[in-house]
This record gives sequence, C-alpha cells and structure tokens, in this order.
Amino acid sequence: MTSPSIDRDHAVQLMREMTRIRRFEEKCAELYSAGKIRGFLHLYVGEEAIATGVMRALEADDAVVATYREHGHALARGINANALMAEMYGRVEGVSHGRGGSMHVFDAATRFYGGNAIVGGGLPLAVGLALADKMQGRNRVTACFFGEGAIAEGAFHESMNLAAVWQLPVLFCCENNLYAMGTALARSESETDLVLKAAAFDVAAWPVDGMDVLAVEQHARRAVDVVRAGSGPVFLELRTYRFRAHSMYDPDRYRGREEIEHWRERDPLVTFPASMPDFLDQATLDGIERDVAAEIEAAIAFAEAGSLEAAADLERFVTMDRVPS
Amino acid sequence: MTAGGTRQLQYRVAMREAMREALLADERVFLMGEDVGAYGGCFAVSLGLFEEFGPERIRDTPLSELAFVGAGIGAALGGMRPIVEIMTVNFSLLALDQILNNAATLSHMSGGQFAIPLVIRIPTGGGRQLAAQHSHSLEGWYAHIPGLRVLAPATVEDARGMLAPALADPNPVLIFEHVLLYNVEEEVPLEPATVDIASAAIRRGGRDVSLITYGGSLPLVLEAAAELATAGIDAEVIDLRVLRPLDERTVLESVTRTHRAVVVDEGWRSGSLSAEISARIMERAFFDLDAPVQRICSVEVPVPYAQQLEEAARPRASEVVRVARALVEGRPVDG
Repeated sequence: MTSPSIDRDHAVQLMREMTRIRRFEEKCAELYSAGKIRGFLHLYVGEEAIATGVMRALEADDAVVATYREHGHALARGINANALMAEMYGRVEGVSHGRGGSMHVFDAATRFYGGNAIVGGGLPLAVGLALADKMQGRNRVTACFFGEGAIAEGAFHESMNLAAVWQLPVLFCCENNLYAMGTALARSESETDLVLKAAAFDVAAWPVDGMDVLAVEQHARRAVDVVRAGSGPVFLELRTYRFRAHSMYDPDRYRGREEIEHWRERDPLVTFPASMPDFLDQATLDGIERDVAAEIEAAIAFAEAGSLEAAADLERFVTMDRVPS
Repeated sequence: MTAGGTRQLQYRVAMREAMREALLADERVFLMGEDVGAYGGCFAVSLGLFEEFGPERIRDTPLSELAFVGAGIGAALGGMRPIVEIMTVNFSLLALDQILNNAATLSHMSGGQFAIPLVIRIPTGGGRQLAAQHSHSLEGWYAHIPGLRVLAPATVEDARGMLAPALADPNPVLIFEHVLLYNVEEEVPLEPATVDIASAAIRRGGRDVSLITYGGSLPLVLEAAAELATAGIDAEVIDLRVLRPLDERTVLESVTRTHRAVVVDEGWRSGSLSAEISARIMERAFFDLDAPVQRICSVEVPVPYAQQLEEAARPRASEVVRVARALVEGRPVDG
C-alpha cells in the first residue's frame, strides 16, 4: 500500500467514488434479478479503484473510451447516476436514450465514447480521437480502457502500433482481471507479461497495482503527463480482479473459491479505509454510505418514473441530419 | 454543352481532383490508407497529393485495415473529415467490424449524441485477372447496413462530383469505385457540376425495357442498349448511383413506363442487390409488369484468374441483349 500522502478531502473523495460504483452495481444486480434491468449486465465489482484513480488524472476535455463493463468508468467520469440508471431501464431519459443499455453508455458532455461491446472495438476509435486532437493541435488525452482479453485481438496490436508510429496522445489502460470471460490469461496467451507485449511496440509501459487506488491515481497522473507532453502513448497494465462472475449469466465454474477469497482480501473498499483510519473513520464511512444510498435511491426513482420511447421513434438517429455541436 | 465548355477527363483523375479540391477547401479533410502517399495510391488515384499536401494530410498507414478504418471513425468523432482509402474491397472485410459495429451504429446506439462524417473509398469489382481475393463485388453487402450511405459512381462526372457531398454528409459514406472505370475518359463540363448523392439517373431514355444497373456494369449495359437499338428495341438504362438508401422511385417509374425490367449486378445473385431491386419491383409495380423481372449477375464462383474463366463469370453485354430481347419479344428467357 502506498503511504498516505493525501489530505482528508482527497481520501474521502476516493472512498466516496469507489463506494458509489460498488453500491450502484450491487443495486443493479438486484434490479436485474427483479427483472427491471435486462440484457447483459457486466459488473465491475472489485475493480473500482482503477476507474476511480484514472479519471482523477484526466481533464474535463479529455476523452474516455471504455468497454461493456463501464458503469464504474461512467460514474467516475461524472455521468449522472440518474441518467445512467435510466439507461439500464431502457428509458428515454437514459444517457443513450435507452438505445444502448448497460453495455453502451455514451455521453457527449463528458466526452465518453462508449460502452463498446466488441472486445478491442474501442481501441481504434481511441487512436482516431487522439489523431484528431494531434492534427488540430489540441493538447488533449484519450484514455482507452480494455480488459486483458482484448490483447488477443488484432485490434490491440494494430492500434498500439498505429498510436506509437504516429506518436498519438492515447493512454491505454489495460484492466487485467486475469480472465477473458472464463478463460484464464495463461490458457490464452503464450506471453502473459502484458507490459512486455506493449513494450514491443516501443510504447512506455508499466504495471500498476489496480487494487490500490492511490497507486492507480499516482501512476495515471504520471502516465497522463507523459502522454500530454507529446511523448506518444503510454500503456498501463492495471492488475485487478473481478469479485463477481463475468456477467449475470455466468455460473463462474472456472475459478476456485480460494482464489476469489484471496483477492477479496485486497478489496479496495476495505483496504483503503483501513490504511488511513484517521481520515476514514467509521462515522465518515457511514456518512458516505448514507449519501451514496440516497443518490442510488434517487436514481432508481428517476429511472422508474422515466418514459418509454414510442416505437414510432424507432428509426431516429440511424442517420443524422447534422453533426451535433 | 459547347465544345469550349467541356474537357476530357479520366475517372481516376476526376477522383483525384475531387480529393484535392476537398483538401484545399477544408483543413479538417485528410486522406489515409495503405500506400496513398509516397507510393501514389495502389491505383494511382492519389498520385501527387503527398507531394502537395505532405505526410500529415496524405497519411500512409500500416497494413492495419481494422485500426485505420476505426481511427477514421475516431477522427471523425474528434472533428476531422477523414477520407479513408481501403486498397480493395476484399481487404475491407478486415475492417468490417469497425464499419458495421462502430461507423454504422454509434449515432443510433448513443441516442443521437454523435455523428460520423467519414468517407471510405473502396475499389471494387473484377475484370483485371486479379483472381479471387481482389476481384469481388461486395458493395451489396454494405448496402444491407442501416446507417451507411453507399455510392457507386459509374461516370467520370460522378467520380468528380460525389466526394464533396459525401464529405458534407454527417453520416458515414462508402464510395465504391470499379477498378475497370479508372482508365475511362469522358467529356465533362469544364466547371465541375454539383451532383446529388440521393438519386438514381436515367442514362438513356427508352420505352421497351428498363435495364437497371450501377458502377462498373454501366458501360456494358449502355453497350447492350446500343445493340438493342439496332434491333429496334428501345431500352432505358438506369444507373442506381446510390446503393443505399435506394432511389426506389426512379426505378419504379421507369418500370411503370416500360413494363419490363432486367437488373444487371456484378455481385453474386444469391442475396444480392439485384435481388433487392427485383423484390421492390415485385412489391410495388407487379401489376405494371408484362414479364417476370430478370437478373444478370456474376456466376457464383470465387472469381478465377484465367482470362476466359473470369470473363465467363462476369455479366456480359451479349447476355443483357439476349435476355432483354427475349423479354420484349415475349419469348421464354431460357429458350
């Protein structure tokens, strides 16, 4: 654990953000079982420290490209919990007008470009967003999140190479939770050191303890500085674990209880407050839980009260009349 | 048009001029693709642009169709107006994920928050003995996909004029350029005309039969129409120009006048664009027909190398003449 070199506000903000993500998703799982949320639901439980830490290193006009496991990234990026929950409910008030659902969260206001459910599908987009910034002389960073499963896709190798050869401002954030759905890394990759793979593209790359929110923030800031300075892309391997199954359909047959328990001991929602008892005492934690519970209850009420888009509007947005400003 | 008002222009050069004009007019426009720069383009379409505009705007890419097409989508999201060239239609399959799952989808999936003003240029079609991995006509597949506009310039004027409106379109536009058209030279107005990217064009008026085609098949269909004329048959030739969304009206109005239709499509017959055209005529103009709609397509084989075999696989003018005559003369087509 990194030594606490932060002030109380900072500690509370990190804890609040991780708690929001955890409780929001736990509630989503309940609502899924109750049939309120349908389709696929991929939970980020256990990985909250990554989105929480990395987003703090980004500026408001930077861009984020994420995957189908993106509720945490969306919340940490500042997407309103009401609009996110309404999207889960398929309501017009949802962040993607109910057309995307859990896997396709988009938000122009925070430059959040999905929510991509094709493994590796977001990487080329991130390269292009960064290319546009470079060509237009804007000093912005595009943070691209993907799991270690994406490393097996051609899109990863093509995108890393393109970003490196053109020296584009992309922060590649590989969330290595050790399993591509149910397939363990060692069963699908001949070289399991992901940093080595990135380094093969002559990209600055290093591993980060993804269960340590302070370490994530610190390393993300360092990486963003490098990217923003115009020194080309950076690859972070954020080592983490998802405590729950791949999706709500997954019986989780491929992992042992012991392994899951071992990783649960590193739960950032437990270890982080334990590491700074002066800032995060029980009363403070209780206050955070109360605030978060109220926010989530409000989000559910908002989603429940949301409207269903008329089928007559089905074909809206297939093509656009203009480029939204 | 007076002689002084026109000039000879090659299809390839028309496309190049259109790109040059777009690059001069809008700083957000850039071209990227395999060998579009230093090499001058696989089919020499972009020859000279690298020297004029430099490596930033005429961007040679690695052989990574998936990544550079996806990067084009991302760049469009980021405010640029990219023109992406894919070397040949078979290679576009390596980028199909990005074209379908992102370019055609993001606007709708995001609830209209984003548009993708991207142009992808793709050489297509056979006839150059390039065998089964460089010769197919897959534009019909792309015409299946909601969210895309699919263009097939068949004339030099369209090659010159379609790019500007395609770049102005807030949605992804695919432009399919038949490889046999690149060397075609035609008389065009000195001042490039504004062309639309919404409607089909009647290339030859006629009363007896509608010959409906697009892209690389237009020259052979016009040749067939000329031969039919010598036999006293007045064929109307329709160039679809826009494969998605289809200009159904021009087709139906023509068939309503001629009462007979032959669709000529270099794609394979099964599940093809020709099947779509035929179905729409059946749905909307069935009672105006004097005979069943006929289709002339490529034989359903991977396009072979040997010249006589490749020729046998592709639609031919003589076959168009034979089928159109049979229709007009009320004889069985297969007789």
